[in-house]
Amino acid sequence: MTKYWLSGEKSVDVVEAEDADVVHFSVDDKDVMVSGGQTIYEALQRMPGIAEIPALCYHPAVRPYGACRLCTVEVSEDGGKTFRFVASCLYPVKEGMMVKTNSEKVRKLRKGIIELLLARCPNTQIIKELAAEYGVEKPRFALGDNDCILCGLCVRACQEIIGKSAISLVNRGIYKEVAAPFYAYELGEGCIGCGDCAFVCPTGAIVMGPNGKPQLPRVKIPYAEIGAMAAQGKASASQG
Amino acid sequence: MVEQVRKLLDKKLNSIQGLEELRKSLQADKDSSRMVISVCGGTGCRASGAEAVVEAFAEEIERQELAAKIEFKETGCHGFCERGPVVVIGPKKIFYQRVQPEDVPEIIAETVVKGGVVRRLLYTDPATDEEITYETDVPFYNRQTRHILGANGEIDPTDIEQYIAAGGYAALAKVLAGMTPEAIVKEITESGLRGRGGGGFPTGRKWQSCRAAAGEVKYVLCNADEGDPGAYQDRSILEGNPHSVIEGMIIGAYAIGAGQGYIYVRNEYPLAVEHARAALDQAVEYGLLGEDILGTGFDFKVTINKGGGAFVCGESSALIASLEGKVGEPRAKYVHMSEKGLWDKPSLLNNVKTWANVPLIINKGADWYAKIGTPGSKGTMIFSLVGKINNSGLVEVPFGITLREMIYDIGGGIPNGKKFKAVQTGGPSGGCIPEEFLDTPVDFDALTKLGSMMGSGGMIVMDEDNCMVDVARYFIEFLKGESCGKCTPCREGLAKLSEILNRITHGQGVPEDLELMADLGEILHDGALCALGKSAANPVLSTLKYFKDEYLAHINEKKCPAGVCRELLTFSIDPEKCTGCGVCARGCSTNAISGEKKQPHVINQGMCIKCGVCYDACKFGAVIKE
Repeated sequence: MTKYWLSGEKSVDVVEAEDADVVHFSVDDKDVMVSGGQTIYEALQRMPGIAEIPALCYHPAVRPYGACRLCTVEVSEDGGKTFRFVASCLYPVKEGMMVKTNSEKVRKLRKGIIELLLARCPNTQIIKELAAEYGVEKPRFALGDNDCILCGLCVRACQEIIGKSAISLVNRGIYKEVAAPFYAYELGEGCIGCGDCAFVCPTGAIVMGPNGKPQLPRVKIPYAEIGAMAAQGKASASQG
Repeated sequence: MVEQVRKLLDKKLNSIQGLEELRKSLQADKDSSRMVISVCGGTGCRASGAEAVVEAFAEEIERQELAAKIEFKETGCHGFCERGPVVVIGPKKIFYQRVQPEDVPEIIAETVVKGGVVRRLLYTDPATDEEITYETDVPFYNRQTRHILGANGEIDPTDIEQYIAAGGYAALAKVLAGMTPEAIVKEITESGLRGRGGGGFPTGRKWQSCRAAAGEVKYVLCNADEGDPGAYQDRSILEGNPHSVIEGMIIGAYAIGAGQGYIYVRNEYPLAVEHARAALDQAVEYGLLGEDILGTGFDFKVTINKGGGAFVCGESSALIASLEGKVGEPRAKYVHMSEKGLWDKPSLLNNVKTWANVPLIINKGADWYAKIGTPGSKGTMIFSLVGKINNSGLVEVPFGITLREMIYDIGGGIPNGKKFKAVQTGGPSGGCIPEEFLDTPVDFDALTKLGSMMGSGGMIVMDEDNCMVDVARYFIEFLKGESCGKCTPCREGLAKLSEILNRITHGQGVPEDLELMADLGEILHDGALCALGKSAANPVLSTLKYFKDEYLAHINEKKCPAGVCRELLTFSIDPEKCTGCGVCARGCSTNAISGEKKQPHVINQGMCIKCGVCYDACKFGAVIKE
């Protein structure tokens, strides 16, 4: 009888199953077996013995996006000879792969990403918690003042679950933000006021307003980032 | 009668035999002793006024009723863009450069009518001071191997018959006459062709995986989004010889079993779009594209799609998103485009130059092709050699030629007696290579080993007046503006790199910045979603590696050795050299210069905005810039 963990179940079940559906791989030197057709992140989400992989732009109700990059893990498909970084929320489980979820390299990358996020959102609770966990004290960059990390969950929820696409991510690069058509300050009929966007938001950047419609986070870019010089010595955290 | 007229108007070729008959009759009609005037109509020469030259020729030829005697054509880019407008007079190929409309009557009188040469329009080799008459003797050209670009000077891109007469669509005929799809893929694989768009992925392998992918519907895509600053080879090929690309795509479609193709051209290439569109229409008209190609029952259609002005849309998954009508954002490519690409169907995406190589490989064979180049990089590569170089233009050479040969023998070296400092290859994803590596043979792996990359063939030459920190800053600014913004490392990381580099070039750098930039480079490399982000730090990392002293000068001494970063410059007047002429003071927009007539003048540092006008204006070299 084949014994394996069924990802998503609350307890370990010993079940019979067709072996064709099972994928065997190793995670942090532990051999595991999961049902095929999942991503690494999905497979490891509630697996006992595996440390939690942080992932801010992931939500089980919508398709994965791979934007925050916090879920990055190391993967080897040649028996451990070479490893590369992949986003676990998107990478499918493959027979015989070796995964490292908490190696020094992975933690270093996570720490770097968190430092960038903290510089963007220095006052956001969940970012501050992650920073504390990974030992990021003060970003070495100019600080922004956002709560939105552009994870896209609100947009994806409105598109995939609700089907209204009342909001979208607009603009490129550092000017990217969540907006309604024509930058409407108050969402009109396109939005049904369901609150799903505020519900899935990992940082609380989108909140429902008194009119029953969400209040969209506006992006605030530090002057220094725009490429112009920050005036009069207020240049950067590394100086002051 | 109507039938005869209809037959005359109906150009559709219904068989491979028909194509060969047309080709033979076109070639028979050609009188190889007849004089041919080809004027370069590429965008580069147009910027120097080629359109007026073309008009002048057309007018003069009509006025003197010479149309019967000579063949006149406006061609695509000849490649020697530094010397445009270029006019080549065949059959001997007399090479005239920097031709203006006023020169046209003399050319007609002297060369066309009398068979002589207008000496002042000839190219003079700066190294030898020798006047060179024929194109084949011009050093810029005779050291090149112009298998792909050579046709640009010969044919009018708006006339398919000229392409056919020159041997065009023979590869397609060969394929349809008797090559199996497997044989085609084998030929491309054995040729060793690698993608010319930047990735350098083995083309045959890509074709094979697309061929093997499951599904009835497959797509063939041409990436003409050419976004690297300074690169314009794809533009010149699409403008000057669009059929070479189309022929390649049809062969690719036949090999993998696709019925529809798209050419994704960046929005900023109107002439390329115009010529490609005309070429597609003509190809359909002649039965070489569309339904029942050459009567073989093979259907393949091609549509042109224009981009919306985004560098990131040159990335394959972003390009495909853009084609689907979505925002041009890349996605993870853990499942390859060759399995699930455009609308989740297997898609074969190749660069313009890669497609243009396909007919050549089919015609001449993989063995012939594999003899050119180095073991790891086969064939020729078209580089855009630009920047501080005497002979800027498009250069096609076999892999294996050294950087030194490219820059000095073909490029003619650095102008104004300045000293070479670095050559930047591979666009914003590449790096800067200093003088000590000039004898490196140019190929995919050699450039990567040096910390740069081949990219799509951009080669920007820099001299002693270029500040390498400023160069890094420029590329980071470019990438920051072009980042799609989806993933944290690229969006935030590039903004922070830009912040740091701007501080450094404005005199506010600190020693910790070097480590900080290295850290950001690592986050970008390991964490970014797509190749734009992953390679974004390369310009910074390579300049840090080879030109660290410039960074240290900016940070520690607040000085810019190359004299570029304005905040770090000081302008002062040498009292020994100053004649008190006052030209500098008159040009100064902030009235920072004062002094009596015929007395040494002084610059008030507090008011000086370091614009450099005084430095440029002083005829006595009395203004010191340091």
